[in-house]
Amino acid sequence: MAEINLNKKDQEIEVLMAENSDYSDTFLKKFQVFSRRFKKNKLAVIGLVVLLLLYASAIFAPLLAPYDPDGSANDITLIDRAPTIHSYMAEDMTGAMVKYKPNFFGRDELGRDVLSRCLYAGRISLSIGFVAVAISIFIGTVWGCIAGYYGGVVDNIMMRIVDAVMSIPTFILLVTVMSIFKPNIFLVMVVIGLTTWTGTARFIRAEFLSLMKRDFAEAARCVGAKDSRIIFRHILPNALSPLIVQATLGVAGAILTESALSFFGIGVQPPTASWGNMLYAAQDLNTMVNTPWKAIYPGLLIFITVLSFNFLGDGLRDALDPRMKQ
Amino acid sequence: MTKYVIKRLLQAIPLMLIITIISFLIITLAPGDPAAMFINPEKIGHVNLALIRHNLGLDRPLYIRYFIWLKNLLHGDFGLSFFNNRPVLDLLFEALPNTLILSLTAMVFSVVVAIPAGIISAIKKGTALDYFFSIISYIGISIPSFWFALMLLLAFGAKLHWLPIGGMRDNYDAFDLVDRVRHLIIPAIVLGMSGMSTYMRFMRGAMLEVKNQDYVRTARSKGLSERVVILKHTLRNALLPLITLLGFMIPDLIGGAAIVESVVSWPGIGRIVVNANFQRDYPIIMGDLVFVAVLVVLGSLIADVLYGVADPRIKYN
Repeated sequence: MAEINLNKKDQEIEVLMAENSDYSDTFLKKFQVFSRRFKKNKLAVIGLVVLLLLYASAIFAPLLAPYDPDGSANDITLIDRAPTIHSYMAEDMTGAMVKYKPNFFGRDELGRDVLSRCLYAGRISLSIGFVAVAISIFIGTVWGCIAGYYGGVVDNIMMRIVDAVMSIPTFILLVTVMSIFKPNIFLVMVVIGLTTWTGTARFIRAEFLSLMKRDFAEAARCVGAKDSRIIFRHILPNALSPLIVQATLGVAGAILTESALSFFGIGVQPPTASWGNMLYAAQDLNTMVNTPWKAIYPGLLIFITVLSFNFLGDGLRDALDPRMKQ
Repeated sequence: MTKYVIKRLLQAIPLMLIITIISFLIITLAPGDPAAMFINPEKIGHVNLALIRHNLGLDRPLYIRYFIWLKNLLHGDFGLSFFNNRPVLDLLFEALPNTLILSLTAMVFSVVVAIPAGIISAIKKGTALDYFFSIISYIGISIPSFWFALMLLLAFGAKLHWLPIGGMRDNYDAFDLVDRVRHLIIPAIVLGMSGMSTYMRFMRGAMLEVKNQDYVRTARSKGLSERVVILKHTLRNALLPLITLLGFMIPDLIGGAAIVESVVSWPGIGRIVVNANFQRDYPIIMGDLVFVAVLVVLGSLIADVLYGVADPRIKYN
């Protein structure tokens, strides 16, 4: 008896392994097709490489940054020093001459090294986008699923709410919410997520409406599959590729939004540096004329990051979903 | 047509109601007791907080407070600004023309650049020119508008002295068109950038799609010149969906205007709300939210009606 059971288990494992290898084979094939298409798009490859570099530099910021981003006592003598590519001698607090490492991006109004601050700020700016988009995609998907699956009155009410949220310009909604609460990093992420889910909701709903009419959904319902199974096993996987593309482009949008909020002083709060709030101190025109490096570099980093995410997003779209290619 | 406009207006009513509910919920979410704002703890030791709350109507249920607020809104009473004690609606209406001038100029700029660029990209698909325009459109959607505005002010205002460094006018004595236009250039370009990129991509896609339609092939086989085929047969049909897109972009335009106005000190409604945020001027913040939403709903309505005028195939029933 025990032996038979054992045999049966072996068989089961064999079947499982066969299925798995079969699956991984098709997955591998799919991935090969995907990567071949993706590599054709030069801009997308550039975007991916630049992003990898940016994320690596944020992760390894403590190793790469020449100075402490929060500054040191000696900085007081070096306020607003212009960028240099050579190391230099200068007086420190006690008046002794000390050799300093080069400040490639110059120093700010507190004498802190702008490059070091940019590297550390990248950790904040680059991660905010992901969390915000995760929240926004989650809410949008759930909302769109419910509206699209149940239809009728539920759909009607839910989509009118989406229309209403869409009618309020995101930035103004964000300013309102941030002004009511005390701004901090987590609030910034959550609020960006809470205000940008409408596009995803609309898209998922539309996907449901078209997929629900297809034969495979009908067949699943005929064999008595539960609602949740139809949604998660049959319909959502079909919407996965466009969702990945939306998420990538969404990260670009979220980084832009965060930087705009921080620029106005209602996003990430000092002393935590983000690329946006580094610009907050530099927005005065006199400051900008006299010490342009404080305004140029953080902005340039935001620009490059967002540009790369947009390159990557479009590349993913062409590679994952060739129908959408224009 | 009139019937359709009325129907769309009626549809806008529930939309506006939901918007007011959202706005109201946001303000009631605010932590802390609004009654506390009226108390100076240094001067008054003992206060009857319940009495203040009663006088302000804060002891009533949430939905009653909502209906009172809504009733006031419908009577045009958006409350008084905390900061300068003027009616919120007056402040907003004063700033509205400035925002409209800026937004419309930005929109015209983006459309005027995007249409020819999109057409050229579609005709010369795959060439260096197409590539160039696509890079431009990537830059347009990726550049942070506040930073771009700062850089333009720095370069053309502060360094080269070609354009003013912000504000809406220098000549306060009389209306001076040249002065106004010079002030308008930087904010309009910055605000129009992302729209321009979106329209350019859209135009290119639409042109490529229409190019393969039967009626275009027919026109070409009739022996019409390429110019006529493109301008009369392809472009006109590709332009139609652009009107809908313009309607969709209105929230972005007004939200973007808030950023640009604040950076270049343009006295519009967006700048009012950003400033109000620094002064914790809640009546303005709340009023602006509803006001801007009304603008957006009206804007989309106009876009929809224009679409009907431009495309006779659409029947409104």
